Amino acid sequence: MTTLPDTMSMIESDIHPAVEGVEIPDFLSESDLPSREGDRIIQFREALREAMAEEMRRDERVFLLGEEVAQYNGAYKVSQGMLDEFGPERIIDTPISENGFAGMAIGAAMCGLRPIVEFMSWSFSLVAADPILNNAPKMLYMSGGQFGCPIVFRGNDGAGGQLGSTHSWCVEGLFSNVPGLKMAIPSNPYDAKGLLATAIRDPDPVFFLESERMLGDKAHVPEEHYFIPFGRARLAREGDAVTLVSFGRPVNFCLDAAEVLANDGIECDVLDMRTIRPLDIDSIVDSIKKTNKIVVVDQCWPFGSVASEVIAQICEHGFDWLDAPPVRVNTIDVPTPYAKDLEYAYLPNPERIATAVRELVGATV
Amino acid sequence: MTQAPAQKHSSTDSTMTSEPSTELKLKWLRDMQLIREFENRTAQAYQQAKIGGFCHVYTGQEACAVGTIGSINDDDPVVTAYRDHGHALARGMTPEACMAEMYGKITGCAKGKGGSMHMFDRPNWLFGGHGIVGAQTPLGAGLAFAAKYEHDVMKKRVDGSEAKKKVTLCYLGDGAIDQGAFHEALNYVSVHNIPVIYIIENNGYSMGTAINRHTANSGNLISRGESYGIDSLEIDGLDIVELYKGFKPYVESCRENSRPGFVDLKTYRYQGHSMSDPQKYRTKDEVDEYKAKDSIARLASQLMESGDLSEDDWKSMQKAIRDEVMSAMQAAEDAPTPELSELITDVYANPEKNLSPQTTYTHGARNPLL
Repeated sequence: MTTLPDTMSMIESDIHPAVEGVEIPDFLSESDLPSREGDRIIQFREALREAMAEEMRRDERVFLLGEEVAQYNGAYKVSQGMLDEFGPERIIDTPISENGFAGMAIGAAMCGLRPIVEFMSWSFSLVAADPILNNAPKMLYMSGGQFGCPIVFRGNDGAGGQLGSTHSWCVEGLFSNVPGLKMAIPSNPYDAKGLLATAIRDPDPVFFLESERMLGDKAHVPEEHYFIPFGRARLAREGDAVTLVSFGRPVNFCLDAAEVLANDGIECDVLDMRTIRPLDIDSIVDSIKKTNKIVVVDQCWPFGSVASEVIAQICEHGFDWLDAPPVRVNTIDVPTPYAKDLEYAYLPNPERIATAVRELVGATV
Repeated sequence: MTQAPAQKHSSTDSTMTSEPSTELKLKWLRDMQLIREFENRTAQAYQQAKIGGFCHVYTGQEACAVGTIGSINDDDPVVTAYRDHGHALARGMTPEACMAEMYGKITGCAKGKGGSMHMFDRPNWLFGGHGIVGAQTPLGAGLAFAAKYEHDVMKKRVDGSEAKKKVTLCYLGDGAIDQGAFHEALNYVSVHNIPVIYIIENNGYSMGTAINRHTANSGNLISRGESYGIDSLEIDGLDIVELYKGFKPYVESCRENSRPGFVDLKTYRYQGHSMSDPQKYRTKDEVDEYKAKDSIARLASQLMESGDLSEDDWKSMQKAIRDEVMSAMQAAEDAPTPELSELITDVYANPEKNLSPQTTYTHGARNPLL
């Protein structure tokens, strides 16, 4: 064993001193957060915009850049009106040049700014793989704790609706493999606002995965600013027969399936993980202590997917509570097809989830 | 958005800076010789297996880092590629911190987590040391963007101090000019008027591939910068005095006009691409031809001719530098390796629960440079 030289000391603070001016919010318990019920019905995209705009009003270090975010008002209208409020120096249109502008934003984050990088689609982030995977999540480590990278990358993830194979990437399986990054993936407008606000405050690189298919989803979203902590799953529906675990858009498929299953007397716990890294394995284990059966639903391909990781962790932490092998429902292991019916069949749709649950329940009855 | 008016540059412009002071020249001589000595010792230590991994030494190119960094302010950002020991030393990193990093010791500039290719020095505004060819070029744009944002939007620095007009220097080798990331960076900084100067340390080889075999129009690299609307400059990187006289006013013009730059800085490396390079792609005669134009020997003889340096002065300067580097090596040798607990530190700035199925991340030792 070696020891630290006299000239060096240990870091005592909770937040690494490499990132300065960090304001982690005081997180409230789920029951103390503003109500999810109400009549302030807005779209998912508006909820995202509210989180960004509020953080930008509060903190001049925060800015948004990406393709068409400014004058076009956002390819998907997430940033609509933000150019008018914040001006072209903080809402920045970029060339179609993901490698360049993602890397540029990382350099700015190293200097203490708080960039939000919008990828029109996470599919396009693949040409920026080097900066977002090789620089952002490793900067703190590689510099021996001298430079952090407080940045948010956000955009549409997953099948958007007949966009074909190249535009339908689910990057969570690929990217969550990398240590140093955090990954949030909301399933509804309320969580989208609270998680994005937290992502912007967080001093680490956050990969924030939205879905084109959910941007128009409407729900009550409180006007006030609130923060949902990372690593805390939400029990979206309660039951005792089977635990359904998912994140992002497929949470809604799980809820649809659970509704149908309830008609047959099969009641499911539906856990919305909300973040993948950190992953709230504790809530999953709590649920299987009750249900003893689990189905993990994931819109990535099955091989080396997030579902694979979740199931590995279930086996490590909850094996004794299981009455049957854990089941995963992933997208079908092929490139994303164009034809509407094929695309639907490819996704972890409610019918596939319900079938998996019925088989599991049957197998253990 | 409109671009700043074009302003032509060349190293023979009448806007050239006047002759640098003797004091400055003596400092450069010392700084260049420090790098030369340091790199000779680095090569030695590598051969003795004290240093591992990939290791690229800077011998022959010393005037590039010393002359260009000598033309900017202490708080202008600098970022470079993997052949980075020279830039680190020129920027003010201690030889101890640089050598200890390569020895994989906790007293290294990155606590032994970065190695030869990843030199970082925050107090001296050095943002790495980056291992992937060309990866530093968008980062350099971001460093310059941040300084401009602080100056123009925030009207103060992120730490509340005064925001200045800054220029960022981003170095790359001639091999990196073929990378897409570099072209994306050039395009971005020109469209957005970002004051970063891309300095191509053109040593004629992309690893073992000669420049005429790896890039188009290789005799006219600055056309690459000009094609993006960037006023570009070609400089002899072996003559530090001429380099400074051409580069210094260019820096000030980029700073003042908030415009990017592109410099073809012609140089030569005496050693192979990395320590494991047998150099079959070039002749010994070619290397000798460049050694005859050595930048350090040239400056030393200029100073001797002008009567500002005696043979004895030069010898004692070399000896002092040798002692300094030997002492840095000894310090690196004696320093402790990182505790195994350092394996899981500096991964997250905010290490929450359940980030990994394997471990709970923590914070470890504060970086020795901070």
